[in-house]
Amino acid sequence: MSLLEVNNLVAGYGMVQVLNGISLSVEDGEVAVVLGANGAGKTTTLRALTGMIKTSGSVLFEGEEMVGKKTDQIVRRRIAHVPQGRGTVAQMDVDENLDLGAYIRTDKAGIAADRQKMFELFPRLAERRKQSAGSLSGGEQQMLAIARALMMSPRLLLLDEPSLGLAPLIIRSVFDTLRQINTEFGTTMLVVEQNANLALSIAKTAFVLETGDIVAGGSAEQIAADDTIRKAYLGI
Amino acid sequence: MTKFFQLVIAGIEIGSIYALVALAIVIIYASTGLKNLAQGEMAMFSAFIAYQFHAWGLGIWLALILAILTTFVLGMGVQQVVLKPVQDSSLLTVVIVTLGLFLGLNSVAGFIWGYMMLAFPAIFPEGALEIGSVDISYAAIGVFAVLLACAGALFALFQFTKIGLAMRAVAYNKETSMLVGVQVNRVIMVGFGLAASLGAVGGIFAAPKLFLDPFMMLTVLIYALASAAFGGLDSPLGAVIAGLFIGIIENLAGGYIGFIGSDLKIVVPLVIILGTLLFRPQGLLGRKYIPRV
Repeated sequence: MSLLEVNNLVAGYGMVQVLNGISLSVEDGEVAVVLGANGAGKTTTLRALTGMIKTSGSVLFEGEEMVGKKTDQIVRRRIAHVPQGRGTVAQMDVDENLDLGAYIRTDKAGIAADRQKMFELFPRLAERRKQSAGSLSGGEQQMLAIARALMMSPRLLLLDEPSLGLAPLIIRSVFDTLRQINTEFGTTMLVVEQNANLALSIAKTAFVLETGDIVAGGSAEQIAADDTIRKAYLGI
Repeated sequence: MTKFFQLVIAGIEIGSIYALVALAIVIIYASTGLKNLAQGEMAMFSAFIAYQFHAWGLGIWLALILAILTTFVLGMGVQQVVLKPVQDSSLLTVVIVTLGLFLGLNSVAGFIWGYMMLAFPAIFPEGALEIGSVDISYAAIGVFAVLLACAGALFALFQFTKIGLAMRAVAYNKETSMLVGVQVNRVIMVGFGLAASLGAVGGIFAAPKLFLDPFMMLTVLIYALASAAFGGLDSPLGAVIAGLFIGIIENLAGGYIGFIGSDLKIVVPLVIILGTLLFRPQGLLGRKYIPRV
């Protein structure tokens, strides 16, 4: 059984339907990516998974139905979501954002240990512990958002365009860190990205989303090697 | 100089009440963006509840503590039943609903307890502390101490507790709060209960001075709203400082500027506030909101 099994997921905003019944699955321990252009429905997919918009169909997480549950209930199954535009509280400092990330946990010792791990993973954050998140650079904010999500000790980490608005060098370091998190902590990830090359380089599985439908899916290598898909959907 | 200090002390006493109600307004504004025009009437209602408990034979301190707890629950109920349905509606709708709440509470209080002024029992002992030629009434010391205790407790709650962390997070960023597992609606509900309780403290401690009737909080509400705007609508510390400032200025103006007297003194702090807000629209300690594109 896959960790996450999405079947015929339909979602949208008000009267506008964005996802027309997509299906995908993520195996425990892997990195999966959803690729697609602007407006394909990538963000909507993640928002549907964490119950932030009206959704129908089926989302099985560890075999349990998530559709119809509220966001906080879904999050309590340890699904961490880093939304587009960082997802930190700009007015709070780094430490407080990490506290907030561990909001659903009660194991004080574990939280302290994880905070230490985050500072090893992101030394820049350790230097800026008492600085407000809003005063950090774009790259540092993205790192903080990822650290905040990891503080939950997630079973599944959802990342919405981690490369958005960052300089190429920083993007590379963010993706290197994501790979490191996956190999060191074994964190399962579902990443949605426009930057197909980079995303495919860290992924095991890939799906291509095109205006609300999954038009291709398979191993990342397959997708990367498929000329038709590359030309038609990924523009690379 | 005696007159000056005497006026300042009277100003601190009434300013503490403004500050308590302003704190309530600020807490709700920060977490929901709502300016609760009924905050004063809710406080008035709490004062009547305390009066009722006392009339039933409870000691005054027990009566007021029970009234504050009751208000906490009532505040949560008001949020769930009256305000939650219109939370995302237009500003005008929300203003009308809080005005309706204002009138409703006022009428219900009048219906239950009547419109005659009732004497509220003294909470602090009569008399005053004499320092030189200045008399500092125990009531003034008491009310100011209550304000400091409430502000201190609020600060500790926000800084050192998990629910405080969640309340601040919800005030700043609801989406991120949801994504870390905060039950946003429940936190807003508790925030309302807390705000109502703070207002209740203001109403109850104002009652021995202002006497008890359904309109007792009218002026207080205007000053509390002014304090909240002056101090910065999202700054609890600003609300406290502004509340005390307004109380003091109001009294000094009434005491020193001949033609102002006790009728016009209400206008003076409002003029100063208007002048300040023209140059600093976010208030003294408020955050300037800079939208990111």
